[in-house]
Amino acid sequence: MTTDISSRLTQADDQAPVDDSTLLQWMHKNLFSNVWQTVLTVAVGYALLYFGWRFLDWAVLRAVWVASDPALCSVPGAGACWAVIVEKHRPMLFGLYPYDEHWRMVLFIGLYLGTVIVSLTPAFWNFRFLVPLWIIVFVALCVLIWGGMFGLRYVPTSEWGGLPLTIIMFSGTVLFGLPVAVFLALGRRSPLPVARGVSVVFIESLRGVPLITILFVAVSIFPLFLPPGVEVNKLLRVTIGVAIFFACYQAEVIRGGLQAVPRGQYEAADSLNMTYWQTTRRIILPQAIRIALPAITNHIIAAMKNTSFVIIIGLFDILTATTAVMADPLWSRFYIEAYMFVAFIYFIFGYALSLYARQVEKWTASGHN
Amino acid sequence: MTRSPPLPTADAGDAPARLSLTELIYSKGFRSALYQVLLALLVVAAGYYLYSNVTANLRSQNIATGFGFLGQVAQFQIGQTAIEYSPTDTYARALMVGLVNTLFVSICGIVLATLVGFTVGISRVSGNWLLMKVATGYVEVVRNVPVVLQVIFFAVVLRNLPVVREAIDLFGFGMLSNRGLSIAVPEAHPVHGWMLAGLAAGIVLAVLFSMWARRRRDATGQHLETLWINLALIFGIPAIVWLVGGAPTEMSFPALQGFRIAGGLTMSPEFAALLIGISTYSSGFIAEIVRAGIQATPKGQIEAAKSIGLRPRFVMSHIILPQALRVIVPPLTSQYVNVMKNSSIAVVIGYPDLVSIGNTMMNQTGQAVEAIALMMLVYLTISLATSGLMNLYNRAVAIKER
Repeated sequence: MTTDISSRLTQADDQAPVDDSTLLQWMHKNLFSNVWQTVLTVAVGYALLYFGWRFLDWAVLRAVWVASDPALCSVPGAGACWAVIVEKHRPMLFGLYPYDEHWRMVLFIGLYLGTVIVSLTPAFWNFRFLVPLWIIVFVALCVLIWGGMFGLRYVPTSEWGGLPLTIIMFSGTVLFGLPVAVFLALGRRSPLPVARGVSVVFIESLRGVPLITILFVAVSIFPLFLPPGVEVNKLLRVTIGVAIFFACYQAEVIRGGLQAVPRGQYEAADSLNMTYWQTTRRIILPQAIRIALPAITNHIIAAMKNTSFVIIIGLFDILTATTAVMADPLWSRFYIEAYMFVAFIYFIFGYALSLYARQVEKWTASGHN
Repeated sequence: MTRSPPLPTADAGDAPARLSLTELIYSKGFRSALYQVLLALLVVAAGYYLYSNVTANLRSQNIATGFGFLGQVAQFQIGQTAIEYSPTDTYARALMVGLVNTLFVSICGIVLATLVGFTVGISRVSGNWLLMKVATGYVEVVRNVPVVLQVIFFAVVLRNLPVVREAIDLFGFGMLSNRGLSIAVPEAHPVHGWMLAGLAAGIVLAVLFSMWARRRRDATGQHLETLWINLALIFGIPAIVWLVGGAPTEMSFPALQGFRIAGGLTMSPEFAALLIGISTYSSGFIAEIVRAGIQATPKGQIEAAKSIGLRPRFVMSHIILPQALRVIVPPLTSQYVNVMKNSSIAVVIGYPDLVSIGNTMMNQTGQAVEAIALMMLVYLTISLATSGLMNLYNRAVAIKER
């Protein structure tokens, strides 16, 4: 008790208190702190065990994993019929893509995912490495899916489908949408009234309508915008439509980041006589994007989920392909398994992205709060 | 706040007469004016170019323009109509049917998503570890699976339910079959109308009573517990009306009648699938909004409020809620607008909402530009009206900085 109180306080502040409670103490605090909490824990635990066991029983214990004949899945007492995925995974994952060329799509997905994982690893964050890598990979991906050279069969975009199509639309949306979003956000914060007005009208009118109407525009109206004789590929039109929709949402998020950059930063840049673009590129945008990063990731995940809307206009992404496969009367009874498989794929990508975003927030967190 | 717009530079003000051409070209004011004129010209030129292309294309394809088709006879059936409609009605009427259906399913979806979302959101910050983990798992799953997939999934599940003859019996109060969900409802009775009036009267009285109680507290400092009296007013008055009206307990039960279900209230499978799908998806987002709102109140404020002896309910209603609502309401409203926009997935599963009727109309008349413009306009109006209301609310609750 003789030591200086203030020094003891700072000491205690430096180190997190050590949690030395035992398991029993932990359970008492977090599960059984009073009668009401105990009842809640028992009720939730019971429901969890009951439904968890039912699900485990159906999905694993009594499941049929391999069956070339759907009748094998219909024997009494059979659980989930994962055989439907074993049998039908190729049309589900690759859609209308020619059957004999599916190996190209396996390579496509592998190459894409591998490059994405490499680019997301901080050890490789070096533009001199990543830019050439992506250029090479991009060319390789195009060759793989299009063909028409190196003895690969030519496959028109109308035959693309499944997971690769989802990947293409998602990547196109983000690649094209993010720069547009930055410009829209800057426009909305611009000192020029005309630029501000154009950006506001553009952003608000697109954010106010459902994505479906944008897809209708891309499919039915966009061709009318072009001079007679000029045609733009449907996949490209749809990707541009989804990207612009994405950009409007993203622009609002980035604008939030721009607004959160302290005013002193603008003034400091001004006092150094930096031009508008120097200030924006070197001072403001890096901070704004770091601030907005969680929300930006949310919209990137949303962009991935939004690709599934193309079922309405008949592009064969993974969901459309699965729905088409489920029209097969032999296997259509096992729709739950099939859709669970697709949901699982979306879930894995979305969840992995959100976990990664949390990690990036930790990496980029600046020293002060 | 934004940087102040670059004014015509200071030196321009010093010596306006001797401004040389070079100085003019390099002055900030001239530059910004020039850029704006260029941008405006670009926008106008692009607009004109697109417009002229559209008109040229439409003329060469012999597609009629204008909204005259709205007055023509629609000639198609609509499965579910909340307002009167027959195939001999006009396209305008058909669109109205679609709009009403959109609003109906959206409002039901908003109510359902709010109920589930608030429950899950509060569970997310619960002191009970198990409940918290279950809620977290729910949020992660429903948020990461596309809403289109969820709607299609529920639609297929409902479509594959047993036929009406083998309908699943829900404890005698409902039947579940591939024709949808039928539930027992009270038999129509004139008293119900009066009960509704009683409910409205109860709410008005409760509001008036609360205002009087607050004014009395402000004047005299005496606190009056209003919660139970308000609840008694809101629920008691309809109950008394029901008793006075002879307490009718007659129920209409759904029952098998030939190949269909008679009695009760039946929800079509398309409607049910759309409702469950869009509200499940949104409930995950609403849960996160609610969690963020609750966590937005610093713990110290709650402790401070308790330490000066405020009652727990007063702490909730005067310390936590006002701050939480300021954080919750704006994203919640945009989530509600999202529910409405997501209801357009109806076109995938065949529920006759605004977009699917607009789509039919577009295919029949070929006037895609007008049909899509109409749809966009309706959604845009609702969204902008909502965000306008939101801005008013934000201004009202914004922290007053002096």
